[in-house]
Amino acid sequence: MKTLAEMKIGEKGRVIEIGGGDAALRRLETLGIRQGSRITKAGSMLMKGPVVVKTDGCQIALGHGMAKKITIEVEE
Amino acid sequence: MKILLLGNPNVGKSVVFSRLTGVHVVASNYPGTTVEYAKGKLKLGRDTAELIDVPGTYSLEASCEAEEVAIKMIGEGDLIINVIDAANLERNLLLTLQLLKMAKPTIIVLNMWDDAKHRGINIDIKALEEMLGVPVVPTVAVTGEGIKELVDRLKEAATSTTIKEDGVDPWSKIGEVIGRVQEVTHRHHTLLERIEDGSISPFFGPLIFLAVISASFLIVRFIGEGLINYVFDPVFEGFYMPLMMKISNLLGSSGFFHDLLIGELIEGSIDFGESFGLLTTAPYVSITMVMPYIFSFYLMLGVLEDFGYLPRIAVLMDNIMHRLGLHGAAIIPMVLGLGCNVPAALSTRILESKREKFIASTMMAISVPCMAQIAMIIGLVARFGLIYLMIVFLTLFLVWLALGVILNATIKGESPEIFLEIPHYRLPNLSALSKKLWMRLKGYILEAMPLVLFGVLIVNLLYLIGFIDIISRMTRPVVTTLWGLPKEATSSLMIGFLRKDLAIGMLRPLGLTAKQAVVGSTILAIYFPCMATFMVMIKELGMEYSFRGALIMISVAVIVGGILNLIL
Repeated sequence: MKTLAEMKIGEKGRVIEIGGGDAALRRLETLGIRQGSRITKAGSMLMKGPVVVKTDGCQIALGHGMAKKITIEVEE
Repeated sequence: MKILLLGNPNVGKSVVFSRLTGVHVVASNYPGTTVEYAKGKLKLGRDTAELIDVPGTYSLEASCEAEEVAIKMIGEGDLIINVIDAANLERNLLLTLQLLKMAKPTIIVLNMWDDAKHRGINIDIKALEEMLGVPVVPTVAVTGEGIKELVDRLKEAATSTTIKEDGVDPWSKIGEVIGRVQEVTHRHHTLLERIEDGSISPFFGPLIFLAVISASFLIVRFIGEGLINYVFDPVFEGFYMPLMMKISNLLGSSGFFHDLLIGELIEGSIDFGESFGLLTTAPYVSITMVMPYIFSFYLMLGVLEDFGYLPRIAVLMDNIMHRLGLHGAAIIPMVLGLGCNVPAALSTRILESKREKFIASTMMAISVPCMAQIAMIIGLVARFGLIYLMIVFLTLFLVWLALGVILNATIKGESPEIFLEIPHYRLPNLSALSKKLWMRLKGYILEAMPLVLFGVLIVNLLYLIGFIDIISRMTRPVVTTLWGLPKEATSSLMIGFLRKDLAIGMLRPLGLTAKQAVVGSTILAIYFPCMATFMVMIKELGMEYSFRGALIMISVAVIVGGILNLIL
């Protein structure tokens, strides 16, 4: 288990928990990131830059702060 | 009858809209291209319906302004066309379920059907219709495939009998639907997907960015200069000049009408850049000097937009933009501003807070010159040497950075984090690309060119009645003393409210030194946006914020002009 921010590029995993307020939770949900969804980390920028994740159909860029609050169970 | 086009951002609503109404609106491959409603008419047999292209929303939970407005619009609509990205069914269905629960006649458009097939996604349309209880039409809007069927089946639009307000978790319902109608076959990564991964990787991303930006810059300059030197200039000098000289002779080479239409003769002949007549300099500036650059810039921008590169720039620039009180997505108004500041000021709507909108529009209005202005700056400054051109743009860039840092530190609040959907790369469709380019060129020709003509008229009249002299005397302490410009530059600053390209054109006959040309161009970029841009800012930010912005602009112009005059 690690946070989305700590994942390596190319790693896949399942969302275990999303921290943060209700509004943030709902915003993530509308774009397909919710408890149980399977994601792949597609990219990130240096120096605590944004993280890009692939959900089943699309890619989403989110800030490093948000990525730290998302816990992932990494799959082999 | 009122028909609403609704759907997630970047699913192709605007393309469907254009196909249905014949009214062309700008469509691109990034979320949030449409920030304003577009309305059009749609013929249905003998009736005419009104079709409204509603800006995209991910849900109807009223968690942001766009969603609240969408909910209000639905109340007024008679029929809903819900556009869905077929390659992205699961996420799109959230909005679809919410729409169906509104119990309005609905029809679903499964757009980008070809894209889904390429990605190995198979959707059982009959089963989807059955589960949702409304008609579903697959389309490829960019090529027009399926649009006829959509029109034919509009009358079948129905209120769903299968989806009702029932308190069940929407995601479990969506899971059920997906499980039954969608089948994904495994396939290998395409080349485009490899480039997708590369352009957001920490190492290749910035490299690709630098390559793309320098290539774009070179291409815009190459095409722009090429068109000016080998097409427009020869045509103007070879065919238009003799005609104008005849008219000049007919009018007796001087006098009121001669000066108004042809302008001042320079060493006995017309100088298109300097004579300043309605028939000479006005068309020369807008057609020969500016239009080639407008064409080449929007050609390049169109390719980058439709390919889907802009949101990647947002990811790459996010870190820097955070230091300026913004986040990555704010780079989009800046890039659009290089074309024209008016749509750029509108596009700040993609930013979440008022603070961000204010910072972004102020930075854009001050430091991002539009392409018409850039073309004229190149014409004015480049002949002194490339280094002077670089000083102008480097100064604007440094002002941009400094302004962002200062505004971020002085305005209360924090910048929210980036949260942006990154679309898949798509190969631009040639006909869609040329339509968009033509629309933007037409916009320039219809809106900008008359203003240039009007500007030349105003300048000539104001000179004749001596008004410019009075103003020049009043502004002398700043214009001549502080900035080191000739006093005639004042009239150019006045015309700058109307059109920046013309304003810079007015500096040409003044015989400026290299230093004065640099100071003049930089100040004209900074001191105030053109009227059209300022109007949009007032609409978007309100009076108070816009005037606060204007105050910042004028102060920055005074300071930067003074500094440049001192150190150059």
